[in-house]
Order: sequence, then C-alpha cells, then structure tokens
Amino acid sequence: MKRCWANTEAAMTEQAQQTQIKRTVRKLSLIVLGMCGFAFALVPLYDLFCEITGLNGKTGGPYIFDEASTEPDRSRLIKVNFLTNTNEGMPWKFWPAKGAVRVHPGEAKTVSFFVKNTTNKPMVAQAIPSLVPFSAADFFHETECFCFEQQMLLPGEEVEMPMRFIVGRELPKNVGSINLSYALFDITDRVDISTVVGNGDQDQLPAAGG
Amino acid sequence: MSEVIHADHHDDHAHGPAKGLKRWLFTTNHKDIGTLYLWFSFAMFLIGGVLALVIRAELFQPGLQFVQPEFFNQMTTNHGLIMVFGAIMPAFVGLANWLVPMQVGAPDMALPRMNNLSFWILPFAFGMMISTLFMEGGGPNFGWTFYAPLSTTYAPPSVTYFIFAVHLMGASSIMGSINIIATILNMRAPGMTLMKMPMFVWTWLITAYLLIAVMPVLAGAVTMMLFDIHFNTSFFNAAGGGDPVMFQHILWFFGHPEVYIMILPAFGIVSHIIPAFARKRLFGYTSMVYAVASIAFLSFIVWAHHMFTVGMPLAGQLFFMYSTMLIAVPTGVKVFNWISTMWRGSMTFETPMLFAIAFVVLFTMGGFSGLMLAITPVDYQYHDTYFVVAHFHYVLVPGALFSIIAAVYFWFPKWTGKMYDETLGKIHFWLSFVGVNVTFFPQHFSGLAGMPRRIPDYPLQFADFNMISSVGAFIFGLSQVFFLYVIIKSIRSGAPAADRSWEGAKGLEWTLPSPAPYHSFTHPPVVKDEEVLG
Repeated sequence: MKRCWANTEAAMTEQAQQTQIKRTVRKLSLIVLGMCGFAFALVPLYDLFCEITGLNGKTGGPYIFDEASTEPDRSRLIKVNFLTNTNEGMPWKFWPAKGAVRVHPGEAKTVSFFVKNTTNKPMVAQAIPSLVPFSAADFFHETECFCFEQQMLLPGEEVEMPMRFIVGRELPKNVGSINLSYALFDITDRVDISTVVGNGDQDQLPAAGG
Repeated sequence: MSEVIHADHHDDHAHGPAKGLKRWLFTTNHKDIGTLYLWFSFAMFLIGGVLALVIRAELFQPGLQFVQPEFFNQMTTNHGLIMVFGAIMPAFVGLANWLVPMQVGAPDMALPRMNNLSFWILPFAFGMMISTLFMEGGGPNFGWTFYAPLSTTYAPPSVTYFIFAVHLMGASSIMGSINIIATILNMRAPGMTLMKMPMFVWTWLITAYLLIAVMPVLAGAVTMMLFDIHFNTSFFNAAGGGDPVMFQHILWFFGHPEVYIMILPAFGIVSHIIPAFARKRLFGYTSMVYAVASIAFLSFIVWAHHMFTVGMPLAGQLFFMYSTMLIAVPTGVKVFNWISTMWRGSMTFETPMLFAIAFVVLFTMGGFSGLMLAITPVDYQYHDTYFVVAHFHYVLVPGALFSIIAAVYFWFPKWTGKMYDETLGKIHFWLSFVGVNVTFFPQHFSGLAGMPRRIPDYPLQFADFNMISSVGAFIFGLSQVFFLYVIIKSIRSGAPAADRSWEGAKGLEWTLPSPAPYHSFTHPPVVKDEEVLG
C-alpha cells in the first residue's frame, strides 16, 4: 500500500521504519528457526535426561563389573520379579525360567529367558527392558543381556537366553523389590535379515528390509 | 462490515477497496483481513458446534443411539481441533488485525502481503482437515492431543492430511505473529511508549511471542509423527528405541503455552470493556502488564501437569504442582484488578459489559477447578474424567469465547458504523450464560463421580447429569445461531453509531470516525495521555 506523504521528512521516516521492520522480522525468524531446532533437539535431550535420572525405567547398557572386589550386602535381600510380554501382533512365545529371584545387593546372578518362534518364517526380535520403581533403575545393572542384541530365529526355533545382572549396593533402602519387564518387539521389517543371519541359507529368506 | 465500502471509483491510486471477490482474495488491508478472519472463525465455530451437538445428542441417554463409537471419536477429536485452531485462535488474530493498528496509531500491519497469505492458508488447512471426515477410514479419531501411538501406529490412513493441515495452520499462526510483533514494535504513533500501550496490544504482543516459540515445536511433533508413519523412524515407537511418553512431553511443551495463547488476548479485551462501562481508569495497569508477562513465562514450565499419571518421580510431581499453582498468583492479580476497576464505578450493563462480567466470574470458576486439578494426588482421580472437560470448557467457552463475543459487540459500532440491537444482544447474553452453565456445570459432578471423557456410552448413574448437559448444549448452540442473526440484522439495519460509540470508551480507535475509514492514521495521530491511559 502506497501512501502519499506530505514531505520528504515523512518519506524518510517511512523508509527508516521499513528497515526497522525488516530487522524485527529477521530476528523473529531466527527465533522460529531456533525453536524448530529445539523441537528436534528435545529427542536427544529427553534420552539424556532419562539416562541421567532413570525416569523412563530403561536400564543402562552392558555393565562392567569386577565381582572379586565387591562384597555383597548380606543384610538385605531384594526380590526381583521378571515379567515378559510380546508386543501386539508379535506371535512368538517368550517366558522367564523363573518368575522371581531373591538376591543380595552387590551379588551377581544369572537367570534364563526362553523365546520361541512359533511361525513358519524367520523373524527378528528385539527385547526392550523397563523397570519399576524408577528410583531403582540407576542401580540395576545388566552385565550380559539378550536385550543388548537382536534375536533372529528360524521357523519353530527355540532358544534359551541368559541374562546376568547385579543390583547395586547403593540401592535406596526403601526398595524391597524390583519389577523388570521385557517387551518383545517384531523388528523383522526394520532390519536386513541377511546381516543378522550371515550364513548361506539366504535364498529362503524374504527380501531384505521388508 | 461491508459498510466500509465507500469508494465509487478506483484506479491505480485507489484509496477504497476493490470490488467483488477480488477485494477479499487480494486484499492487504488490515480491516478487510480482520473481517475475513472473524467470519472464517465464526464459520468454524458453527461447524465445531455442530460436532459438539452430535456428541451431546449421543450422550443424551446411555447406550448407543445415533452414532457408532468410531464416529464418536472423530467427533470429539475434530470438535477440539476445530474449536482451538479454527475458531478461537483465528478469531483473536482477526481482532488483532482490526484493532492493533488502530490502537497503536499505525496505518496498517507491518507486512500487509504476508497478512493476506496468513489468512488464505487457513481455509485450505481446514478444508483439508474436515475433508478427512469423508474419507475411507474416517478422520482423526485420536483426540485433539493426538497422542502417539494412537496417532501413528493405530491412526486412520487420513492422518497424513491431518499432519499437513497442522503444518499449514502453524505456518499461518507464525506468520500472523511475526506480523503483529513487527507492527507493535515498529509502528506505534510517536509518543506511544510501551507502557502506554492499550492492554489488548500488550496481551497480543506477549501472545505472539508465545506463538512463535511453541508453534515450531508443534510442527516438530507432527513432523516426527509423519516420519514414524511413512519413513520407518521410531521417535515414538518403543520397538525401535523411541518413547511414546516423549510425545506427550513434546505435545504439552507446545500445549500448555497454547492454552495461554487462547486466554491472554481475552484478558486484554476484558481490560478494555470493564473500564469503559465502569467509567473508570483500569486499576493497576502496570501490574496487569507484569501479570500477563509472568503468566506467559510460567506457561513454559508447567506442561507436565497434564501427565501426572504417566509415572513421574516425586520431585517432578512437586515441581509441576507448585509451578502450576504459582500461576494462580498473577491470574489472581488480574481478577483483583478487574474487580477493583468496577469498584465504585458508574457501571452500566450493556451487552459487552455483561459478557465481560460473566467472563470474570466464570473464568475464575474455571481457574479454581484448574487449581484442584493441579493437586497431584487428587489429579489421579480427576485425570481424564469429565471434571477435566468441565474445567477446560469453563476457561475456554465463558472464558475465551465470551471475551470474543464481548469484543464483537464492543467494537461492532466502530467496524460497521451501526449500533447492534441492545435488546437482542441482551437476549443473546442471557441465553448463552444460562446455556453454558447448564451444559458444563453438571460435568463437574459426573467427572468427580468418575465418568471418563471421550466415551460414547456411560453407566446409568451418570444419566441425569448428561441429560441436563445435553439440554444446555442445545440451548447454547441455538443461541449462537441467534448471535449470527443479531449481527446480520444489525449490519443491515442498525442505528448509526457515534464516533465514540460508548461514553466511557478510551483509546485511539475511538478518535476515528464510525465506521473506521478504509485507510486510517495515514498520518500518525497525536497521542494524548488522557486518551490512551483512560
């Protein structure tokens, strides 16, 4: 919209104003871009926050533990319950050898889980752990776990999967029992089966990547 | 509103509007665009209202009478989305377009062409979203908060249209906000310092900053959904290492400031209307400005109070509980100031004032139920019940919506040069006031008794409350059709309005003729303290 200005002074003011407006718009656009970046930065930030605080019940990665140097805390016995479930649409069977074990904090223990591919095609699965109470998540360590890797099973195959864990001596005093749940997800579509199998019978496998 | 046409000829230097449809398609005039926004939001309001009446008709009695649960879910979802993004937000942007340039003494918005674009994106966004209701598999059915995995793994195929619609309306809001901030910061008449700005301008300045801060986050959330659905990523999919709870955090990081986006401009409107009809200066102008700024700041650190039940450590629950309750302090300051403005004023009760007073009373009630919900231990009982539905409808309907209706009646004479019919306006007010309370007050009780939200059927014990609620909803719905009649009748045959249409109205817009000329303040006005400070 063009306006008729009475004198050149006013026209100059208008020009100065347009420059100011452009400067404001530039600054505001930077905020918008910054907030777009922030939205995506929330994803790693969220993971980092959960890792530090243990808030989403995820247990950490493989834990290095020197058994010889740690004395178990014999004054306490912690009950660890194991829950297994398969995600919706996942036909495999998945169960723990024992529903629960009792351990002293600082004492390593190995338990077993079983998994069976009930279908007639090879499939790949991934187990995701989740632990309550959250306040125990930082003190529950897996030195060895099937959840660190993907499982590829041939039709009808059944395997025993070991899991070695240790409950830290620093576990808060008010925690008497820990519930550890594993959810098994079908990730066949997401992975290249040949990379998981790595052997010669690839001609009977479905196309990689689904 | 079409009365602003007063140019019989036009050429390249035309100072009046173009004729016919082109006027509206290509307009860069802030008054035209304001009018477009207001009519668009009213159309969306009626559509969203029809969806609400489908919901209330189904809930009139227990059992399934009219619609199936799948369709019911689409109704609740689209009712929420259309009312939030299609009715309330564009109505406030429309008011900002009409009022901000006139109130700061500017000739137009800072970026008139972008203004045109921000409006004309909206009909396409909502056309796309509403069209999904007629697609195979139906429209969005996952609630207006579209939590993953309901909106990703289990979503209907039309969800992609929903995602693009949200992208478009987000772009529209961001452009509109940049425009409003650029106008307010750079185009004020000489002498109008920040602390002399009218409250509506102040509240919109802060709202616009909230919008440019959180709309990109919403865009990010729906983009991640798009990637999860079509490109095999796992932002919200636990099987691939993602986390559905993260979706809730991202959504509410947008969502909580969003609810203040829908109420801060309402605070501004009421801060104009109450002084005008109490014939007193607004009590505590400075504290009003600081209260709005504090509410805006606090809105960024309270989001997880929507998610108390997802599992959160005690420290987190306490933090979000206390920060939420802290919002009651600046809000209390505002309510106190409005009441103090009325105290010993020479009050008259024209329609805008009635809506403004109802706003103060009913919004405060909605605020109190919000405080109840902020208490973490009791939220475990209230979460996802009709108590929540009652709470947010009390702050949005007699809150945001009543303030918009009040603004329409208050500035109607300035926009059209005609006075609305006072008797019809009062009938509209009383029907709305009774309707809104009959609809939403019983929902507090059914909610406390445990009725979950978003269900098409319910146990017999809730039958009476729901029947009352449904009757109220139809009263309220029909009274808004009556509002349309009042507006059209007044545009056609209202009595001519004076320039200063209300005895106690203060502000630069009232120094202009009624109706406001197509181009106003082409030369900056002289800002007098007694005019802008009331």
